Amino acid sequence: MHMSDALLSPQVGVAMWTVSAGTIAYCSRKIRNELDDRKVPLMGVLGAVIFAAQMINFTIPITGSSGHLGGGLILAILLGPYAAFLTIASVPVVQALFFADGGLLALGCNIFNLGFFPAFIAYPFIYKKISGAKPTPTKRSVASMAAAVIALQLGALGVVLETVASGIASLPFSSFVILMQPIHLAIGIVEGLVTAAMVSFVYKAKPEILQSALEARPIGHEPVKNVVLAFLVMALLAGGILSWFASKDPDGLEWSIARVTGMEELKGTGEGLHGSLAAFQERLSFLPDYSFRKPGEVKPGGGGNKSPQAAMETKTEEKKSAGSRLGTSVAGTVGGLLTLAVVFISGFLLKKRVQSA
Amino acid sequence: MRYIDGAVRDFKDLDLLATGETTIHRLDARAKVVVTLVFILSVLSFGKYEVAALFPFFIYPAVMMALGNLPAGYIAKKIVFVIPFVLAVAIFNPLVDGQLMIQLGPFGITGGWVSCASIIIRSILTVGAAIILVSLTGFTGICRALEQLGMPQAFAVQLLFLYRYIFVLTEEGGRASRARELRSCGKKGLSLASYTSLVSHLLLRTWERAERIHIAMLARGFTGEFHTIHPKRFGGKEISFVIAWSAIFIFIRLQDIPQLIGTTVMRMIS
Repeated sequence: MHMSDALLSPQVGVAMWTVSAGTIAYCSRKIRNELDDRKVPLMGVLGAVIFAAQMINFTIPITGSSGHLGGGLILAILLGPYAAFLTIASVPVVQALFFADGGLLALGCNIFNLGFFPAFIAYPFIYKKISGAKPTPTKRSVASMAAAVIALQLGALGVVLETVASGIASLPFSSFVILMQPIHLAIGIVEGLVTAAMVSFVYKAKPEILQSALEARPIGHEPVKNVVLAFLVMALLAGGILSWFASKDPDGLEWSIARVTGMEELKGTGEGLHGSLAAFQERLSFLPDYSFRKPGEVKPGGGGNKSPQAAMETKTEEKKSAGSRLGTSVAGTVGGLLTLAVVFISGFLLKKRVQSA
Repeated sequence: MRYIDGAVRDFKDLDLLATGETTIHRLDARAKVVVTLVFILSVLSFGKYEVAALFPFFIYPAVMMALGNLPAGYIAKKIVFVIPFVLAVAIFNPLVDGQLMIQLGPFGITGGWVSCASIIIRSILTVGAAIILVSLTGFTGICRALEQLGMPQAFAVQLLFLYRYIFVLTEEGGRASRARELRSCGKKGLSLASYTSLVSHLLLRTWERAERIHIAMLARGFTGEFHTIHPKRFGGKEISFVIAWSAIFIFIRLQDIPQLIGTTVMRMIS
């Protein structure tokens, strides 16, 4: 199961989308310029093979539970890193749209976690280094095993970091890591076993596939280095943007909206009805017992006249102090239920009208 | 095995829905892709303790399902299927975050439960939006839209190829898997060894098939891109669709509408 949108913050989602989109663009250019176009249909069909293989389960030795192939590493071994990355990247797109497996905003994260590590870290730096120029079956098995384990560990760590950076799930970093890494160690070992067995099978049955993958790849050390470098730059940029948002307020979009709307508009709206969310929430926080706000208790627009920055500062303080800015007061609950009712009734009526028309 | 059959059926069902002929179906795919992304971003930009403020966003799936004539029960079922997986992480929120947030008479609700509820609402909304997008647009339409919006062509071709072959290969993999299960009399035959040889055979057969297909495509003049007629264009309808929905999303993002309604109602009562 991939990461879903619900646990992701927009900042992390957009940052990872940028990183993955950049890598996809780079790989697409590489494939166009350097590789023969024979690989294009091959990639599509191999993606479908991975899809099919993921649906066939097998019994994991000793434990008796069932597992399936992830597929990132075997693709990198067969196709080389660029084509493999594009192929792996296409699988979560289909899964997100048809099986709701992983969200649309989370696609950036999922593509990165599943594709980047096997194609650009595990394959060039682990698999190729261990298997060497003249791979023996033992070397190949050891290499696949090590590469699969490391790719999965990095992928799992990616999931943890992205989730913790989003801050929607409360699970602290250390416990999340303790939960995720051992499970993915087991999955990585299984993936390594399957990959090693498949590589040796393919080698026996059709050695020219592996050979051609090794030879037809005009990929020296530099391009892979370029990718890693580019990734580092993108990660730094993304991290910079993230920390810039984080330092102001955990909710960066709110902050930027408040900045865009500016002070003038806030001053103009005394009632706060059309004011910014920040001002609105500040007013709500005057309700100490989360019950219905008595009219006249707060002067209208009391918070609306503040500059957005000041409003944000008070807000961050409030967040620390017992999270008082909740919109889940009694009034909020009543209003929420009413909203839901209105929405569903209007949808229902609309549907009736559409059908009768 | 049932999983494979179910997966293939999922594809076919959603593809069938996408062939609908409503106003929404006829809109240019780019408009729907953009609106879906704006929707997801606005939903996710809420703080982690927002619950009621998210409710107005249900207007989008409700209206789209109504206008697009989509079966609500079917889409609800697909959403419900995904929630346990989100809950697997969200359930730690109540355990970790025990700070009291709301006092409703004798019952205290902790921040963890509130944020857990918020996560579930988020996943219903975002998963719903994704399913609605694909059942109103179809996979090919989405790919074309993404390509027009700047996705590299090689990746678009990859997605379209993948999509075309998924049907063929899942069915083939399903048959092989069924044959293995029938011959394995229980669990013993489902070993790693038989799995790898099965999947490897699938791989080799597919590899050869892909080469044959590619030669056939070259013979028919394939130059690396799919040519399709584009009867749809990004016109006035699409512009107003995008602007209207985005305006609604930003409005409900900035105004806590349930709070406003609730306050008004309570004021009238008291």
